[in-house]
Amino acid sequence: MQIEFTHHQSAHCENGVVSNLMKHNGFDVSEPMVFGIGSGLLFCYIPFLMVNHAPAITYRAMPGFIFKRFAKRVGIKIKREKFKNPKDAKARLDENLNNNNPVGLQVGVYNLVYFPDEYRFHFNAHNLVVYGKEGDHYLISDPVMEDVTTLTDKQLEKVRFAKGAFAPKGHIYYPTDFPKELALEKAIVKGIKQTCREMLAPVPIVGVKGMRTIAKLIRKWPKKKGTKIANHYLGQIVRMQEEIGTGGGGFRYIFAAFLQESSKILNNEKLSELSKEMTQIGDLWRDFALDASRIYKNRAAKSDGYDSVASQLETIADKEEAFFKALKKAI
Amino acid sequence: MKKSEVPQDKSNLESASFKELCYAVDENGEYTTAQSTGWTPKTIALDNAIEDINERVEEAKKRVINNQTSPIEYYMELHKMDLGILASYVGLWKWRVKCHFKPKIFKRLSQKTLQKYANVFEISIAQLKNIEHAN
Repeated sequence: MQIEFTHHQSAHCENGVVSNLMKHNGFDVSEPMVFGIGSGLLFCYIPFLMVNHAPAITYRAMPGFIFKRFAKRVGIKIKREKFKNPKDAKARLDENLNNNNPVGLQVGVYNLVYFPDEYRFHFNAHNLVVYGKEGDHYLISDPVMEDVTTLTDKQLEKVRFAKGAFAPKGHIYYPTDFPKELALEKAIVKGIKQTCREMLAPVPIVGVKGMRTIAKLIRKWPKKKGTKIANHYLGQIVRMQEEIGTGGGGFRYIFAAFLQESSKILNNEKLSELSKEMTQIGDLWRDFALDASRIYKNRAAKSDGYDSVASQLETIADKEEAFFKALKKAI
Repeated sequence: MKKSEVPQDKSNLESASFKELCYAVDENGEYTTAQSTGWTPKTIALDNAIEDINERVEEAKKRVINNQTSPIEYYMELHKMDLGILASYVGLWKWRVKCHFKPKIFKRLSQKTLQKYANVFEISIAQLKNIEHAN
């Protein structure tokens, strides 16, 4: 059986799944809209946690949060479930497909066979849509892929029950109830306010303060950890910034697209100007990644470029601080 | 980033004929999307991470041959795992998995425990016991 479902490629998985599910249900909501209303933009350094043997930094909200906030703010209801037993998880999935209801799933990337090998790490916060089943194959719409694909029973069970940090536990979710019209205006304001609050939070690991903390650490790494590890850490910072589909800007471009769209909906010219500014900040993030890559290009080579990339990061932090203060005032 | 600046560098995406979507500004300053084949700074970071894993695998292999650790550690590295991830896959405490890294203790493991590890790594117990059997 197959549900009429239109696949749209998106830059990032969670926004993409939500946007695709909304479009399926007759609401034309773009990916940046989902990202902005769900307050997806963030900078957070998670001390003590090591990912791939390097410090963990994230440029976006926790998995699942974007959809949760989006749903609450525009007034849709979502049903989400996790399972202990893979059989129950499969039964619930099949039940939904029989009811012509495409669903979102949280999955692990490591066993996702259609991904290029190099991308298959133990990362458990990927999202995709299942929109049907043909024989032994589930029909998959993975938003970061150009086209739809399929997975067998076994393959799907494996990724749904991947283990490790953020284990999906068969996590399934879908919207159940919609208002007549989405209250976008209010939702946008709420989304922006929270993003401003988080980016300007008086906590040393979050938002612009978090960037300054990382900049300080970058200066220390070569002496404290040795060149090889320092280069590895720096590479990891860029890899997190460069999750599939961020185009180099660490989600800043998606946020800028959101501001541009919002400026039309709210009739607020200021937001359009701020969108341009955010694009420039995104370009600075790209430059940062480019210069950092010149350092870690040669994994063991000594480099004195650390101070300069750290200063770059501090400049970005200053710009973003001014930016989010202005954004707070603009709405 | 302007649409014309969306990176089209060679990357590992190519082998899977995979293009990612990016947001960029067109000539009129309006946001739009464009596909990208990859971006060198990201490719380098990814290649380095993979090289790093390969080194860890080689290192573990040497230690297994020198009888300093058990094949479990080797297979863990081969599957890009760390202790926490492996422990949650086999359903044991981290310290127990760490114990099983000791060659002496590894030799005394029951068939049941060995099978648990073999299942996670999708190999036979014979392969688990002797890394030369693995490719």
